[in-house]
Amino acid sequence: MSIFTLKQSRPAPKTQTGVLGWTTKHLFSSKTNAVLSLFALYFLYLILPPLLDWMIFGADFSAKTNAECTREAACWSYIGEKMNLFMYGMYPTEEYWRPNLLLTITLSFAFMVRLLKHQPYKNKAILTLFIIYPVIAFFLLYGNDFLGIKIVETNQWGGLMLTIVVASVGIVASFPIGVFLALGRQSRMKTIQFLSIAYIELIRGIPLITILFMVSVMLPLFFTEGINFDKLLRALIGITLFQTAYIAEVIRGGLQAVPKEQYEAADAIGLSFTQKMVFIILPQALKISIPNIVGSFIALFKDTTLVLIIGIFDMLAIAELATNDTDWLGRKTEGIVFVSIVIWMLLYLMSRYSKALERRFNTQH
Amino acid sequence: MFGFLNNNKTRFVLFQIIAVLIVAFVAYYAVSNLNYNIDRLGIRSGFGFLDIRAGFDIAEHLIAYTADSSNLDAFYVGLINTITVSIIGIIFASVLGIIIGIARLSSNYLVSKLAEIYVEIFRNIPILLQILFWYNLMLISLPSPRNSFEFFNVVFFNLRGVYFPKPILESGFYWVMVAFLLGVFISFFIKWFFNKKHDSTGIKQRTWDYHLLSLLGLPLGVYFIFGSPVYFDYPNLQGFNFRGGLFFSPEFLALVLALSIYTATYISEAIRAGIESVDKGQKEAALAMGLTQAQTLKFVLLPQALRVAIPPIINQYLNLTKNSSLAAAIGYADLVGVFSGTVLNQVGQAIEIILMTMAVYLTLSLLISLGLNLFNYKIRIKGLNQ
Repeated sequence: MSIFTLKQSRPAPKTQTGVLGWTTKHLFSSKTNAVLSLFALYFLYLILPPLLDWMIFGADFSAKTNAECTREAACWSYIGEKMNLFMYGMYPTEEYWRPNLLLTITLSFAFMVRLLKHQPYKNKAILTLFIIYPVIAFFLLYGNDFLGIKIVETNQWGGLMLTIVVASVGIVASFPIGVFLALGRQSRMKTIQFLSIAYIELIRGIPLITILFMVSVMLPLFFTEGINFDKLLRALIGITLFQTAYIAEVIRGGLQAVPKEQYEAADAIGLSFTQKMVFIILPQALKISIPNIVGSFIALFKDTTLVLIIGIFDMLAIAELATNDTDWLGRKTEGIVFVSIVIWMLLYLMSRYSKALERRFNTQH
Repeated sequence: MFGFLNNNKTRFVLFQIIAVLIVAFVAYYAVSNLNYNIDRLGIRSGFGFLDIRAGFDIAEHLIAYTADSSNLDAFYVGLINTITVSIIGIIFASVLGIIIGIARLSSNYLVSKLAEIYVEIFRNIPILLQILFWYNLMLISLPSPRNSFEFFNVVFFNLRGVYFPKPILESGFYWVMVAFLLGVFISFFIKWFFNKKHDSTGIKQRTWDYHLLSLLGLPLGVYFIFGSPVYFDYPNLQGFNFRGGLFFSPEFLALVLALSIYTATYISEAIRAGIESVDKGQKEAALAMGLTQAQTLKFVLLPQALRVAIPPIINQYLNLTKNSSLAAAIGYADLVGVFSGTVLNQVGQAIEIILMTMAVYLTLSLLISLGLNLFNYKIRIKGLNQ
């Protein structure tokens, strides 16, 4: 009687495992795929070497003057030289501690909000933080004679700092108005609904640049003589007017996603409209909209570069401005590439964050 | 005493009246200040400025324009340039977007990874930065007119732009266009006729040759009958620059390139979402029923994928049109550059000019949304009542 024993299984063929197997499976699985892979490799061969050469291998990182750099490759010491300009604009050097301190405060506030997550009274604490934060930010950046902080006029603000300020103010200021517009659009009161729809669709139909043009040349004409607006303030008003319409649409999406039963239940237990919205509908609607609000912030951050057209020195405008330095002529490409990389990194991180939020808030598994 | 305030109907009326009053007050405040300020600063008002001489030159104009033309002509030049950039940008963005969208779904690792990297890079860089980047790249890397890149000695590419031979249409070409329109009409008739035949008899006939004949053969025939009523104006080098031919400036090229590359990332994502939205079972069921691969794609997969993909794509077309206004940053003569820029600086009538510019973009947006709504109506799932 023979006893059946399992044979030792043979290892998979060489062509199916390891690097070779992976390559066959993912790159050369069919004739079409093989041709495509070769094309892609050829494309990479065309693009990558010159790009890497320009950016890294041929580039100069330590030159002191423009003459020491080559024409053929990047001259990153130019960026090093102008770094403060890119980050703070014309903000006085001895006052750099103020934006730096503000950044530290911002990060620690964000950290505190995370710590407070499971504490009682966390809502009140967070609300307080949100109310005192803009005040601190304003006094730190702009200054105040009474507090003994030197005033720095907004025409000296610039660079990445200004980009972040404009985008943040835009999103924060447009949020409450956006909520009202979204509610107005959902309202059963026809006049209010009409006014909200008219505003939202009007703004969404025109490019931001025309709104910026409008606020920069027309705004003072709409107010009584003597009321004058700071250039930055005008840009902020324009951006807020613009962003409000988009935020309203995002929040409307959230409102529509709240199940109808929630509205009915709130009505059934006799809540007033305000109570229904504040305690039942908005908390749910806003939670649903958070990923899209972050998305909207990303779009705003991208649009912020447009303020350059009305003469405000955000980071991109600095890249243009810095080329006027006769010591560093012909280094515009480096400036644009550097700004692109910085803004790209910020936006990429934010979009990752938005995706993560979407997963976290997705309660329908 | 105020019990009536608890009545829902009264409250509704009251709130609406308050809202209207607030809006009316703000409007009154703004307009009265506006009138006062206009008087105080001595700004002219009204649309009379449209008829006066513009007095500046525009390099790229598709309609007749000189410095002696009126401001209204400058407006038209800007408008036509905006529309040209938008249409060409939309075409390139669509082609690129479709290629990238399909590439991202490829089973080939390298191809799908490259497409993904493309999308992640270009979607997260502001469009204005990209426009400036490509424009700057062109200015520093293109050769002077004397050392232009040549293609078959008829197309020239240099620092001043790209030059194509310009087709000049003679009077006979009018009939060619008439023939083409007729061909389109006949083609629709053929489609209707054979569809009817298919419905009543079940016989499906090959029709592409008829379509080809009516759409291409008919105009070509007329073209030759009238003795080729088109000749080409070739660009030629005179002194330091090219003369003649059809010319596109580096500003135009940079703008179209940046807009297409940027918008293509969004279009590709829409295409991918559309294709991924079709359930795998649909394809399997179609194949199980004996449809061929091509039929499965044409009758089952594409109609469902397009229903999801097209609305966001049309929204992107709208965005591209709006983004084309960034031409002002590199000095391309689009509507914003010419009209809200140069004309505004010369005339100083900000209100009229900016309102006109906004009205144009609003009209374009409304037209595109109208197209989208028509499309949504056409592709709605019929018989589904919601």
